[in-house]
Amino acid sequence: MGAAPEAGIRFDEVSVAYGRHGGNTVLDSFSLTVEPGEVMALLGPSGSGKTTALRTVAGFVRPVSGRVLIGGRDVTGLPPYRRGIGMVVQQYALFPHMKVAENVAFGLRAQKVPRAEIAGRVAEALEMTGMATYAGRHPRELSGGQQQRVAIARALAIRPGVLLLDEPLSALDAQLRSGMLAELARLHRELPDVTILYVTHDQVEALTLADRIAVLDKARLRDCGTPQQLYRRPRTAFTASFVGSANLLPVTVAGDGVRFAGRALTVPVAGVAEGATATLCIRPHLVGLGESPAGDGNTLRGRITEVQWRGSTHRLQVDVDGHRIIADLRELRETPALGEEIALHFAPEDGVLIPEGIGGDGTYEGGAGGVGALGNGAAEEGTRGWGAGGQWTGKQEAGRAGLSGTGSRHG
Amino acid sequence: MLVHSKAARRAVHALFFLLFVPVFALPLLVIVGASFATSWSGALPSGLTLTHYQDIARGDSLHALITSVLTALAAGAAALTAGTWAALAAEKLGRRTSRLLDALFLLPVAVPSVVVGLSLLVAFSQRPFLLNGTPGIVIIAHTVLVTAFAYQSVTAALARLDPAYEQCAAGLGARPAYVLWRVKLPLLLPSLTAAVGLCFALSMGELSATMMIYPPDWMPLPVHVFAATDRGSLFTGAALAVALMATTLLVLLAVSRIRTRASYR
Repeated sequence: MGAAPEAGIRFDEVSVAYGRHGGNTVLDSFSLTVEPGEVMALLGPSGSGKTTALRTVAGFVRPVSGRVLIGGRDVTGLPPYRRGIGMVVQQYALFPHMKVAENVAFGLRAQKVPRAEIAGRVAEALEMTGMATYAGRHPRELSGGQQQRVAIARALAIRPGVLLLDEPLSALDAQLRSGMLAELARLHRELPDVTILYVTHDQVEALTLADRIAVLDKARLRDCGTPQQLYRRPRTAFTASFVGSANLLPVTVAGDGVRFAGRALTVPVAGVAEGATATLCIRPHLVGLGESPAGDGNTLRGRITEVQWRGSTHRLQVDVDGHRIIADLRELRETPALGEEIALHFAPEDGVLIPEGIGGDGTYEGGAGGVGALGNGAAEEGTRGWGAGGQWTGKQEAGRAGLSGTGSRHG
Repeated sequence: MLVHSKAARRAVHALFFLLFVPVFALPLLVIVGASFATSWSGALPSGLTLTHYQDIARGDSLHALITSVLTALAAGAAALTAGTWAALAAEKLGRRTSRLLDALFLLPVAVPSVVVGLSLLVAFSQRPFLLNGTPGIVIIAHTVLVTAFAYQSVTAALARLDPAYEQCAAGLGARPAYVLWRVKLPLLLPSLTAAVGLCFALSMGELSATMMIYPPDWMPLPVHVFAATDRGSLFTGAALAVALMATTLLVLLAVSRIRTRASYR
């Protein structure tokens, strides 16, 4: 653990399984470090294991193997009430028989905080969430957004080192959600020492709020990095398609670029072996209309199969030799016609090459540092574990491409 | 409303009254009528009188009514405690163990109550478990018979209770006992009062097991009703039955007032 900080969270090879003989694995060898004061989003589709991961921190789920550490302390065997965490869930779970102030005071009373101190801390928590004027109301008299604020106040009143947010905004409507998102960001600025683990299936929430995002799918960690890294340089096809939308093209590495459907495209290919198959990821908003002006050959010709007007943009679906390319173009003066032949282009630096084997059912085994070095598909043996200084050394399964990165970003 | 057309709705209402009135309402009305009568040979009772009620207020019957209420209160409280405890425990047990517990608690309901009465009589007639001839054996018999209902209704309420309440409370640092006392039981209160009401009502009307075991100085009212009708005093029996009914209803009403205050949603 070394210089393990006061209230970081560490998952160490955590596996959770249900059913007879643990037949149904819902979290598989999950390892992740959340630095103190960091906002880590666990992003993934439903059933990906993200909520289970959060519940192992809360203590509601006991792992079949692995350890969970909070502030460097192994809490795997501790009951929830001895972990000192605040938690906010999707349906708020405010105690309906208590008034707002009593709800917020609950944790303090349960922990036998001196009576004289409780009133002040309740007021402080309610003030922070803008709910001070509602202290005397019952939860049923509040709107969804207000209930959520009280739930956050209740969690913050105990001054937790770790705050767990389980899809906290998914029960709110879109407008309220973006307001609460800004609110959560403000709260975190005011309480920079609180480590936040934020479970969501909404990429916008994750991109907006998180210092880092861990992407989960099918019970495994697939990728982890800053929002910018995951968006601009996704390391797996799954990340590319789940964080933002993406065109994923099957390509073969050749020379200074790749070959796609019989044509040569110029993209950075550093670290990927000649002749290897890979996936080329191009974000729809980075696709432009017309021939490539640079003469790099990055022009894709095809027939328009669908046109969607989205206010500020036009989304075109273009069939290029049987592959569907999506282009988000700034609103066009003349709406293109279905069936029309058009040319699209992209800049070489906007193409991200994802080596074969990392996408699909590949598993992320790397750390969270900078732009991880991309290894190629060779088998790589190593030991799994935490090296000195928090460096994560990953072990690769044979035939899978390796990723390795060190350190972690902490802002 | 599933029935939309006016005619169909009327037909359904008519059917309801056709079934409800003769099966549920008329017998009760007949009892009330008979309790004020000295004879009933025609279509309606005749010789209206309050003698039967005056007799109740004076004699053993009042004592029996008090006996019944005390027994039902004791059995209801005991059943609620045992049933709630068991339901809370069953929730934390594995599915198999909790099914076993379900079956165990249902057993007294499945077995004829006469058999329950007889078995208690046999079991508690020897030292060191000599309860035969005491009020205790009646209360135990009633508790055994009604606990199943308390257990079932609390189990159902627990299944409906969102586990997030308990988990959030635990996350906030509340120990299990504190969570139970401050969160779970208050949230279960409406179901608990319903359960105790049901247990009370069932105990007030219990006859067959009671007949096997009641000691002479602890004779609940249903036994009196039975004895009165058995010796041919039908109208006295009817008055006793009305008193039993009215007392039970009064207590249930009081309980339902607590329920209304206890339901937050």
